[in-house]
Parts: sequence; C-alpha cells; structure tokens
Amino acid sequence: MSTHGEEELNTNYLKVGSGVKSWLLTLDHKRIGVMYLVSVILAFFLGGVFALLVRLELLAPGRTIMTAAQYNRAFTLHGAIMVFLFIIPSIPAALGNFILPVMLGAKDVAFPRLNLLSFYVYVVGTIFALFSIISGSVDTGWTFYTPYSTSTNTSVVSMTLAAFILGFSSILTGLNFMVTVHKLRAPGMHWRRLPLFIWGMYATSIIQVLATPVLAITLLLLAMERVFGLGIFDASLGGDPVLFQHFFWFYSHPAVYIMIVPGMAVVSELFATFTRRAIFGYFAIAMSSLGLALVGFLVWAHHMFTAGISEFAAMLFSALTFLVAIPSGVKVFNWTATLYKGSIWLTTPMLYALAFLVQFTIGGLTGLFLGTLATDIHLHDTYFVVAHFHYVMMGGTVMAFLGGLLYWWPKITGKMYDEGLAKISWGFVFVGFNATFLVQFIMGSRGMPRRYYDYLPEYRPYHAFSTVGSWILGVGFLIYAAVLIKSLRSGPKAPPNPWGSAGFEWATESPPVLANFKDVPTITRGPYDYHLVTEEELFDGFPEDAPKKA
Amino acid sequence: MNHEPTVQLPGQFSTFASHVDSTFYFIYWMSVILFVGIIGVALYFVWKYQRKPGVQAEPTGHNLPLEVGWTVAPVFFLALLFHWGFQGYVNLTVSPANAMEIRVRARKWSWDFEYPNGAHETNELHVPVNRPVRLVMSSDDVIHSFYVPAFRAKRDAVPGQYSMMWFQATHEGTVNFFCAEYCGAAETSSRNERGEEVFSGHFSMIGHVVIENDQAFAQHLERINGPPMIDGHEATPAQWGQLLYRSSQCYTCHSVDGAAGTGPTWQHMFGHPVQLTDGTTVDVDENYLRESILNPQAKVVRGFQPVMPTYRGSLNDRQIDALIAYMRSLQ
Amino acid sequence: MSTASTTEHDAAHGHEHPKWLAHHFDSPTQQFDSAKLGMWIFICTEILMLGGLFVAYGIFRGMEPDVFHHAHEHLNWRLGAVNTVVLLFSSLTAALAVRQSQVGDRKGTTNYLVVTLLCAAVFLCVKYVEYSAKIEHGLLPGRCFGHPGFADHCINAGASVMPAAVHGLTTRASMFFALYFMMTGIHGLHVVIGMGVLGWVLWRNLRGDFSKEYFTAVEIGALYWHLVDLVWIYLFPLLYLVG
Repeated sequence: MSTHGEEELNTNYLKVGSGVKSWLLTLDHKRIGVMYLVSVILAFFLGGVFALLVRLELLAPGRTIMTAAQYNRAFTLHGAIMVFLFIIPSIPAALGNFILPVMLGAKDVAFPRLNLLSFYVYVVGTIFALFSIISGSVDTGWTFYTPYSTSTNTSVVSMTLAAFILGFSSILTGLNFMVTVHKLRAPGMHWRRLPLFIWGMYATSIIQVLATPVLAITLLLLAMERVFGLGIFDASLGGDPVLFQHFFWFYSHPAVYIMIVPGMAVVSELFATFTRRAIFGYFAIAMSSLGLALVGFLVWAHHMFTAGISEFAAMLFSALTFLVAIPSGVKVFNWTATLYKGSIWLTTPMLYALAFLVQFTIGGLTGLFLGTLATDIHLHDTYFVVAHFHYVMMGGTVMAFLGGLLYWWPKITGKMYDEGLAKISWGFVFVGFNATFLVQFIMGSRGMPRRYYDYLPEYRPYHAFSTVGSWILGVGFLIYAAVLIKSLRSGPKAPPNPWGSAGFEWATESPPVLANFKDVPTITRGPYDYHLVTEEELFDGFPEDAPKKA
Repeated sequence: MNHEPTVQLPGQFSTFASHVDSTFYFIYWMSVILFVGIIGVALYFVWKYQRKPGVQAEPTGHNLPLEVGWTVAPVFFLALLFHWGFQGYVNLTVSPANAMEIRVRARKWSWDFEYPNGAHETNELHVPVNRPVRLVMSSDDVIHSFYVPAFRAKRDAVPGQYSMMWFQATHEGTVNFFCAEYCGAAETSSRNERGEEVFSGHFSMIGHVVIENDQAFAQHLERINGPPMIDGHEATPAQWGQLLYRSSQCYTCHSVDGAAGTGPTWQHMFGHPVQLTDGTTVDVDENYLRESILNPQAKVVRGFQPVMPTYRGSLNDRQIDALIAYMRSLQ
Repeated sequence: MSTASTTEHDAAHGHEHPKWLAHHFDSPTQQFDSAKLGMWIFICTEILMLGGLFVAYGIFRGMEPDVFHHAHEHLNWRLGAVNTVVLLFSSLTAALAVRQSQVGDRKGTTNYLVVTLLCAAVFLCVKYVEYSAKIEHGLLPGRCFGHPGFADHCINAGASVMPAAVHGLTTRASMFFALYFMMTGIHGLHVVIGMGVLGWVLWRNLRGDFSKEYFTAVEIGALYWHLVDLVWIYLFPLLYLVG
C-alpha cells in the first residue's frame, strides 16, 4: 500500500486505482479528505433535518408535529450531530485534509496511516451515534449536563461513547496536521510564508490536541457514572454535579474555537484570492488565530455565571472573556481593510466570505452582551444565546465551509460548478439564515428560554417568523446540493487555477496528481504576493477560462 | 423605571433592572454603530473596488498605527463593559441583610414556594412590593434555574446545595417566571380540564410572580394556609382537593377519568385493593394514600415506575386531607 | 505499488531512498523527527486527559482530606511500592533497548524488550491481586460500595441501591475508591496498550526491520512506555502515600 511507482505518483489522484477498495484502504490524504467530505455532508443533512423538525414544531404553541419527549430528542440530536459529526470535522478533516498538504507543497500528511485510522475512528463514532439514535435516542441536550444525563432513561451511554470516540478522531487529525506543518513544508516555505489557512489549521490543531482529551475523560466519567453509579458528579455520594460543567466547558469552550478558527482560516484565503491582494495585517491574523487558541482555554466558566460560581471566579472569567473580543476584532478589521483598493471579484465563494464577515460581526458583537456579567444573567439560556452561537457557528463556520467547498471544488473534483445557480443558492441561504436567527435575539432578550417545547402566546410571531426563515434556508441548501450534483454530472473541466489565485495549492493540476506536485515545488514568494506575478502567469495555460481582461 | 416592555426587553420590575437595561442598551448602540461602520465600509469597498478591466489591485502595504490602534482601542471599551457588568452582577448577587426569605424547591416539573409562615404554593410566587426578598433554592432531582425576565434575575437550583437569589420588586403587577435550565419532559401527555392534550416538562415549569402591597400579601398568606373561598363560602375539602390536584401538578401524571398516565388514575381508586410491584396487595385507604403522597417509593402500584417525587414539606396536613377527600369523591 | 518500480524510482532519482522511508518524506531525518514530534504531541494529549482526573482528585481531596486519609489506609502501599520499582526498572530496560537498537545490536534490543514486557506483566499481576482484594472487601465505588464481591445489583440497577458503610469507612469514602479505580484503571489500560506497542516493536525487531539507520519505532515505543511509567510515579504517592 505504502509504495507507489513513479508513474502513479504523477497520475491524477482520482485515477490511481479504482473500485471501492482503492478508496476504503487509501492512504492518500486527498481521498481521505473526500471520504470525510462525503461523511460530513451526510451528517450536515441529517442534523439539518432535525433542525427543520425542531423549527416546525415551534411554528405554533402546543403540539404541532411531535410530543415533548420527541422534541427533546430532536434538538439534542440536532446539536450533537452538528457539533460532533459535522462542524468539528467539517473544515479541518474534510477540506483541511485535502488542501493542507497541497498548500505546504508536501506529498502527504506526516502519518498517512494515522490519517486513515482517524477516518475509521470517525466512522466507528458515527456508528455509536446512530446506534444511540435507534436504541431510544438521547434527550440530554448536546451538553450532557449531570445529573439529568445520569438519571434520564434514554440511550446516553452510547451517545457519550460516540462523542468520546469522535474526540479521538479529532485528536489524531490535529496531531497529524501539527507534525505536517512543522516537518513537511516544501523548501522555501518558511513560517512567514505560511498561508493563513495553514495558520488557522495549526491553531485549531493545538486546541484539538490539548482540549479534546479533557472531554474524553469527562465523558468516560459520565458513562461510568451511569453504569456503576460512580458518584463523582452525584451530590448524594459526595460528588458535585457542577464539576461536570467545569470539565465539559473546559473542552467545549475551546471546541468553539475548533469550530470557528478554521472558518476564519478559509475566509482569509477567500478574501486574498478574490481581492487579488495580500491580506492586510497577515502577521496579526496569524497571531490572532494562536491568540484565540490560547485565550479559548481560559474562559470556560463564562457558561456558568448562573450556576453558582464564586463572585471572584465570575469576575475573572468575565474579564478573560472580553480578551477574546480583541483577536476576533483584529481579524474583522483586517479583512475589511483587505478590500480597500483591491480588485474584487464577486464569485459565489467571495459572497460567502462577505456573508461570513456580516454574520460573524453580528455573532461577535452579540457576544459582548453575554460576556458582560449583568446582562448575561438575564440572557443566559435564552434564545439570545441560541441566536448568538448560530450566528458564529452557522453564520460563520458553515458559510466558510460552503464558500471554501465551492472555492476548492474545482481542485478537488477537477470540475467547475454553475456560478449562476450557486449565486441563487447563496441568496436563499443568506436571507433564510438571517430570517431564522435575527428574530431569535429579540425573542431571547424578551425572556424566551431555550429548549422549550411549548411557549407563551406572546412569543408566537417571533417563532413563526423564525420557522418560515428555516424553510428558506432549507431551500437554499437544496439548491446548493443541486449545484454540486450538477457539477459532478456535467460540470466543465476545471483548469489548474480557475480563480487566478496566487495560493500554492493552485500551482498544481486540477485535480492534483497523487504526489500533489510533479516536481517538489520550491517556494520563492508568499502565498498572496499578487504584485510579483501577472494575471497571465496565474491563469497560465488556460487563457480561455480567464475572466475578460483588457 | 419603566414597567412597559420595549421592543427588546421586558418591563422593568426590579431595582436592578434599570442598571442591566442601560448596560444592555449601551452595548446595543455601540454594536449598532460598529456594525454599520464596519459593514458599511466593507460594502462600500466591494462596490468601489469591483474588478475592472485593466485595473490591478494595489499591493497591500503596512499601517502600524492603524493596526495598533484597532487592537488597543477596543480594550478601553471592553474594560468599561466589564466594569458595568461586574457592578450589576454584584448588585444581583449580594442581598440585603433584612431580606424576607422564601424557600424554593424545584423538581421535575414544578416549583414549590414556602413562605416564612410555613404556607406553600406551587408555580405561583407572591411577593410584597418594595421589600427585598431572598430566595433560598434547592432541587430535588436535576438542575433547574429560576428565571424572572422582568427582574433580570436568574439562578440555578442544584441538587445537593442551596443557591441564593434576591430581588426587590418596584411595582405591583404580575410577571412571568420560567425554568431556564433544561430538565427534560414526560414521555406521555395528559388532558387538562378543557380536554386538551398537555405535556409537562422543562417548558411547563413556568408561572407567575404576583407582586402586591404588604396588606394583600399578608392576606394571601393567610388564605393559602387554609381552604380557599369559592363563591363566598369556604371550599369543601373535596373542592379544595380538586384545586390542589391542579395547582400541585398531580394531573400531569394522574388522570381522574380512567385514562392511562405516568401514575395510576384516581378514578375508582379509593377503597379498592391494588397489587404492588412486590406482588402484595393493599387496600387503597386514607393511610395508604397519605403514605404514597409523603413516601411515594414505599408501595408502588404494579405496572408503574417509581418516579413520583415526595410531597413532604410541600403539602401540609390539611391539604393532604383535602386531596384524599377529593380522591374519595371520585369513586 | 510493486517493488520493481520502487527500485526504478530510486535509480531514476539517483539518491538513496531506503524501503523503510515512506514516499512522502525526503530524508530519514525528516521521517524520524516527524515520528518523534508526533509522539510528543500525543503525550501532551495523554497528560491533559489524565490531568482531568488529577484535577478531580485535587478537588475532592481538598474537600474531604480526612476521608481520603482513612480510605487510603485500605490500600496496600507495599504492593504499590513493588509496582513502582518494577515500572521504574522497566523504563530503564526500555531505554537500554533503544540504545542497543541505535548501535545495531538486534539481540540486545530483543532481550531488553522482553525484560520490559515481563516487568509490565508483573505489574499487571500485582494490580490483579490488589483489585481482587478491594472487590472482595466491598471497596468498589458508587452503588457497589460496601457490597462485597462484584455483585450484579450494583451495575445498572437504577439508583435504588445505596452504598453502605464498610470496614469503618463512611459512604463518602466511595469517592476515594471511585478515583482510585478510575486512575489506576486508565493507567492499567495504558500499560496494556504499552505492552501491545512494545510487543509490536519486538516482533518487528525479530523480523529484522531495524538497523543503525532506522530504529524509529523502538524509540517512540519506548517514549510511550516512559509516559506510562511517569504517570505511575504520580499515582503512587497520591493514592498510596496520601496524608
């Protein structure tokens, strides 16, 4: 398996071997990335169906389509699937696996077997999650708070083990990426020339490697608690239920940065390519990713301001939480400044990057209400929080994923997609997303608590509006799926560099050969040095695909 | 102090609501300005610097003062926010020494309030206006959270520990309270008096805080200690029991029309023998019913799960008598 | 895929590309450094994972130092000390195995690896003796606490089985044993995994995979074993010598 002939190394990676086995046993990071991609898209679809069911139930007060117990399962599965099966692996494991080594000029990730193992660990985790769903499902919320999670009758142990196993998949990917970035950079690719996508992935990997094991031990303790009544989180045995929240958020707050930092990483690439200039404040953006990774470890208790932590702890964690605003702000300011005097090409990926900018700014600013102690007490566990994190996770990361997928689609599949149809789907997604979630801020600040099956009549107009928004969003995703399917079936052949990007991943063929580059590339400029190359050089070899030039 | 709701926030009914709201609106307007500023500039650039034939992007330069500026300037705003937020938080958590104490017990899925005179009430909290009130909260099962939007106050009730919250209401009126920490739901539904299907769970742990003057509050405490008045007469024990059946949330598990539920139906229950999970049989009489209310796990009827919480401490003897009288009336 | 084409490939490039060097690495040094860095990062992960348990230990011991003191007297510190010596010695032999591998002494490597594996087995046997004594005395935590033997009522029996006082310990001592079993259990699992890793290294050594130039697996296998040893060095005083 591990040895390839010279000829194979220089063959289109999709054509090296055929048949199911050539995929399932591949050690090629590109094929593993594609397998991850298919998996996370399926997970996103499943999680999305649960989201639409939840919104449909909330269309009107009282019973709409399901019972209270079914509703609790639906929102739990929506959360658990989206977090553990979709967002965390989406950009790093799917897009990152494909792009990161190509960007570095490496032939593969440092440990290809470990990479494949990580994918199968993900598959095993998914099987546990599906087993949990069919064997009674879970109704704890994705946060698994004790003592609810230790006392409910639902299938908590298998879902916890699923998250435990998926955590190891995430750790292995992070470890692999860290070593790859350190050891496998092409000649000339020094740290100041690393693409910002790589910086983001690197920061993400640090969090994956250091935070995920804490989740693993926490979930293991939870499973033991359920099976043996261990007592660590059980007040009647001298344990402490709030300790679970500390442990859980020690992972899950950094996990928020596992989700958003890759989104920022993708968007930095999109801004550079479609403004045709270097990202303003490259160094600041790179360092702010690391800054977020670091500060992300120090803010976990801000999820627990109403749980009875001491005033001193509340003060400390509120102050540290505000620190997160600085690197986030730096990124937004830098992206905006990048647009200045650029040559802005409004492709669909760029539209997604702009949607990210708008929605992440809203998500970030509304975070200020939640970091501020006095207002957090009022807003905690209301729809305001739901809207806030959807603006960051979905308005941010998912937009970056959708944009990044279209941006790298020609590289991954070797085919172009229908730009017109893609723009239509973007319109639906943008309008639908904001219609669904903007109104939830108002609902929340007016006191509507989250995870409510039924609600007081005064909240009805907001809920109805939000549900209609979710339908628009759903249509947007369906059109997006149609864009991908249409491209696979009948998309025109993609040139090596359809966007005329100066990024290194575009310097090889579309799709890349097995070894990524026919000759080991030597890097002589930065990834965004548009002033050192001409448009013709970038679009070289495929002039008919270049946009009309003077 | 404005007790009318605004577009974004509920009416203000507590002493600290105005501080919270002014902080809220400060962040809100600051956010609006920043958002319009950033996104306005971005959209202007997108329009102005669209890709045009023959026009190259200008190479990116450096502007150190600008970069340092937008890294450092937010620190001052953030410090201000932190200061106001912490100030408000201290107001919310440190209660005055002379506060009236009300004991709050949360359980799936109702709130029990015990007033200083020992009177109990479920899912309705009466408080005197303009007097500090401290809630001493605990939970019988999982974590719950007591949330009164109009007071801008919220605190978790955690099993195995006491948690405190306090407020001082500023107006008479009735406001909502909610459970804010997810705590599950019943698998099955039941019927309310209008025959509609109702579910109980996290979302049904809601109720009203009635803020009234000292006199009305004192009268209310008198009233809930004994049978309520119906049409000018004191309610009979069975009538009172019927009211307690609703207000103590018995109906979420026990039907009175023979329908299946989480617990046995009360119809034709009294005076008949019933088989228990350990195989023995008991007669449903006053003593069995009283034991089952106070120590529900002692003798569980066959075919049902031992899930009923104890009502020890939340129903007084007269109320238990009234409930039993009501069950008797259902045979 | 085939060996033939690999040979051609090497010849075409005109530089040495030994068969143990994976195609995506340029040089043996790069491959070795990558493997070593990878193992160090993995060790960080492991430490963070066990860190969760150490934090829990710190919190609960801080809350009830007396209970922990009384509970620890039920552990046999002599057996713990024996295991500490055994593991320390196995770490030494693991390090010697790496050294013999570096100088190309295949037989020496084999011998030291076998001794390391034997030490690991001794460790597990002692652990087995300790565990069975605890279980017989009713010191399993939680619902099992105070109910001698591995009674099936303590597993998945619902919350109705409450712990009972045993050997003069209150039910609150259950927390100490919860942490004892979790910490030593996870450590024991690491010993088993470590034995698997070293066994695999031994097998490859017997097969003749290693040489003066290539001994990466021996080195990172031993690195992992040192972690297993190091964790025990912390567990022993915290659990057996507390107070």
